[in-house]
Amino acid sequence: MAEARDNVLDVETLSIALRQDDATVPIVEDISFSLARGEVLALVGESGSGKSLTALSLMQLLSKELAITKGRILLHAADGGVTDIVGLGANGRAIEAIRGRRMGMIFQEPMSSFSPIHTIGAQIAEVAMIHEKVTREEARRRAAELLAKVGIPDPVRALDRYPQEFSGGMRQRAMIARALICGPGLLIADEPTTALDVTIQSQILDLMRKLKNELGMAILFITHDLGIVAQMADRVAIMYSGRIVESGPVRDIFRRPVHPYTRALLEAVPRLGDIDRHRKIRPIAGSIPNIFDVPQGCRFHPRCPAAQLPRCAEAPPPRYDAGRHHVSCIHGAEELGR
Amino acid sequence: MITFFARRFAYMVITLLLVSVVSFAIVQSAPGDYAEIYAARKANAGAIISQAEIENVRRQLGLDKPWHIQYGRWIGNIVLHNDWGMSWEWKRPVGEVIWERMPLTLAIAFSTLIFMYVVSIPVGIYSAVHRYSIGDHTVSLLGYIGLATPNFLLALVLMYLSQRYFGQSVGGLFSPAYENAPWSWGKFKDLLAHLAVPVIVLGTGGTAFLIRAMRAAVLDELNKMYVLSAKASGLSPLKLLIRYPVRMALNPIAATLGWRLTYVISGAPIVGFVLALPDTGPLFLHSLLNQDMLLAGAMIFIYCALTIIGTLLSDLLLVALDPRIKLE
Amino acid sequence: MSLIDTYRAYRARPKAIRRTDLASQWQLMWWRFRKHRMAMLGMILLGLFGVCVLFPEPISPYAPFERNSKYVAGAPMMPHFFEADGTFHPRPFVYGVKSERDPVTLKLRHTRDETKIWEIAFFVKGDPYHLFGLIPLDIHLFGTREGFIHLFGTDFTGLDIFSRTIHACRVSLSVGLVGVLVSFVLGAAIGGAAGYFGGQFDNIVMRIIEFIRSIPTLPLWLALAAALPRDWGPLPTYLAVTAILALLGWTWLARTVRSKLLATRHEDFVLAAKLSGCSDSRIIRRHLLPSFMSYLIVDTSIAFPEILLAETSLSFLGLGLREPVESWGVLLYAAQSIRSVDQAPWLMIPGLFVIVAVLAFNFLGDGLRDAADPYSK
Repeated sequence: MAEARDNVLDVETLSIALRQDDATVPIVEDISFSLARGEVLALVGESGSGKSLTALSLMQLLSKELAITKGRILLHAADGGVTDIVGLGANGRAIEAIRGRRMGMIFQEPMSSFSPIHTIGAQIAEVAMIHEKVTREEARRRAAELLAKVGIPDPVRALDRYPQEFSGGMRQRAMIARALICGPGLLIADEPTTALDVTIQSQILDLMRKLKNELGMAILFITHDLGIVAQMADRVAIMYSGRIVESGPVRDIFRRPVHPYTRALLEAVPRLGDIDRHRKIRPIAGSIPNIFDVPQGCRFHPRCPAAQLPRCAEAPPPRYDAGRHHVSCIHGAEELGR
Repeated sequence: MITFFARRFAYMVITLLLVSVVSFAIVQSAPGDYAEIYAARKANAGAIISQAEIENVRRQLGLDKPWHIQYGRWIGNIVLHNDWGMSWEWKRPVGEVIWERMPLTLAIAFSTLIFMYVVSIPVGIYSAVHRYSIGDHTVSLLGYIGLATPNFLLALVLMYLSQRYFGQSVGGLFSPAYENAPWSWGKFKDLLAHLAVPVIVLGTGGTAFLIRAMRAAVLDELNKMYVLSAKASGLSPLKLLIRYPVRMALNPIAATLGWRLTYVISGAPIVGFVLALPDTGPLFLHSLLNQDMLLAGAMIFIYCALTIIGTLLSDLLLVALDPRIKLE
Repeated sequence: MSLIDTYRAYRARPKAIRRTDLASQWQLMWWRFRKHRMAMLGMILLGLFGVCVLFPEPISPYAPFERNSKYVAGAPMMPHFFEADGTFHPRPFVYGVKSERDPVTLKLRHTRDETKIWEIAFFVKGDPYHLFGLIPLDIHLFGTREGFIHLFGTDFTGLDIFSRTIHACRVSLSVGLVGVLVSFVLGAAIGGAAGYFGGQFDNIVMRIIEFIRSIPTLPLWLALAAALPRDWGPLPTYLAVTAILALLGWTWLARTVRSKLLATRHEDFVLAAKLSGCSDSRIIRRHLLPSFMSYLIVDTSIAFPEILLAETSLSFLGLGLREPVESWGVLLYAAQSIRSVDQAPWLMIPGLFVIVAVLAFNFLGDGLRDAADPYSK
């Protein structure tokens, strides 16, 4: 990326494919994005858009059937060193040293993300012991410190408790502590609040924001909830069927969405005052295409209200940029220029 | 915690009582009672026994009393005086005959248990991690065959092979050369070589079963979310495997320890019989074939008691292993 | 789980309407079952056993109690197509036998006589028999016009082991079948009652099952079998042994029936059926029964080998069935001592049949289990 920002992560033309017995089926195609230090990027899409797989691929955690087929994932160290995650491969010391130390990850299911037969403390301290070769006592001390930081009461006693003694929200806090114990520059959060109650959800979001400001790490936030995006993110990338269709600063995207899919997404979100203004919530017609049978050209054209046939069905739409706002749509030029 | 142990213990005592009733029913099940058999023996030896004499013997032994009183006497003598009655086959106290041979049965049972776990846990893990590889397929095919082969047949085949190709007898515990020799390193090795056959024979089926269970359990665990999240924290594959899925999978395996013990004890008599080991196997079978029912009933009782105590121990082990089990 | 859902969404190929969308549950099971190669193999093997059970007399060349005094404790005779010098025979043949007395032990020893060639003939006349006890016949599937043929050798009294093994299929497999049927009825009734009534009754039944499962069954089987009077005829002994095996075998099935009944009773689909106005009998027939019928079938196919193995062990020890009843275990009784096995290892061949039968049932059971799981791929 040409911009001279202080980037933590650059993803360049990343493609992921599903290897089947006979052929490879592309699932994520040519996506690029970058994350600056201390920045929150939200990756938004419906289920099946490939956003979770993108997140997993950043740490080389894809299951065996899936593989990165193209692109680079560049991780920048604070001292200026650059590592290409794709080049490290999915196994071995090199990638293990990145996981949990340079990048932390939290998952949607706080219930099942901890092993039920080990204590919370052991599972958090273990990460520090692996990466920094500290003693058990030191690791436990740091784990307790972090548990306090993520807002768990009586952290020293909490160390010796089992995950099933914690509520969902507490477990997600503990999960965050585990992801952050080595002070990674990047936190990947894969729908971290989807499984939680709304009140707990906002507590966790507040916590993540607070920790970000304190620790200065970047966050890649995967979600399908535009409400959360508005609260959390600095920038947004909208994914549809394995491609990024529009990206840019949150303000720009929410104020002036260009891609018809982004617009449709925003119109599908209920807002306070909708009833007074007689605004209707419009769900998006149709469903996300199956990867074995994706439409030619623009993937969204069968559902798109502004599609121009046959143009949209023939070739992938061109990409237009206006500052940091990018969009891939034939209407991009006129809309961005407005 | 204490109530849990107390309840579990009380349950064990009740089960033992039930088992003792079943064993006593077996003692009683032989056609004809001890007095008649005694008479028949005497008659065989040429003596003439009158009906009155039979009745006399019967009264002496308390055989004319209702069964529950007889049972009370039987179990009372066992519990209070460690008196298991007389074996007329051996013309010696039942307890003495059994305890002579029990240590070997126990040694074989425990060696078999250890053998089963030592083999099945690593092989099961290997199979799960390398699912659908040639190794996995080979293991599961061998497992199928192991489960399908009756113990006695395996014993026969092993005996035949070692006799034919190694010229070594595997029956008994010692080679003739060491039979009466004083203890030495050579004798010890000879003993181990002889123990290997019964342990393998007895353990094959259980090992096959455990490999399957371990493989399934590890596969199940490998797909769990917490494995992915631990991987995302930077654990190496080996550490990950041992710390999480394997550790988790050990629980169901430990939970079946009691059943495995039951299985081993269940198979032991036949294997001991076929291999002509000086353990309780041949003792038990001969007592059944010769209707020496006091001995047979006592053996059944001891076999059952062993497995019941084993099951209790395995339950306690499981509680120690798995924090998810709530003790009420 | 978002990841797994996502992944599943990728894997599912939508086509207009697949035939699997319209098939009944049993059809689906059959399709899945057919894909399971080992299970199909198991079924074919069991089919062959079935043929042996129905037609043992024409398949075996000799009657089971026909002694061949010229070939006592003789080794198996292998069929050949080629002579030692390479001459090809369109019909398979066995070499003749010459017998001589060992000058030292005075025992008769049989060796292969390569100068004599006994051709194998198919559909030959032999010992007369009554098919199904009714139709008098004397045709055998194969045999020799001159000399004799003992594919599995003969025992110490000159009986043909092949013929006896084939005849023994009937008893060995029927003990298993009857035993499984009895345990099936017992298990379904007791387990069903426990699951249906629940409460204290259920508690007691479960305790009893736990009790039975916690005691070592084989010694108990042995003891019960030993308690059978020796002077009983073959049929009562046969029935009693079967009953003893069934008596301790019902616990698995009862457990399955009970737990499935308890689990499905509170399933959402049962509630849904209730809410949409299904009668109780319809719910039981259309919803509950199909949902665990498959488990019962699977459990039955697993219980079968257990009973077969138990019968074989009992008879091998001389505590189960006895001559003149023929089962694989009874045949193996002759191989009880290492001395007889050393002299005539082919006495162990009936054991091979036991292993194959058990394997076939295990394969079948595995295939059924996979096929019965509606969530398997």
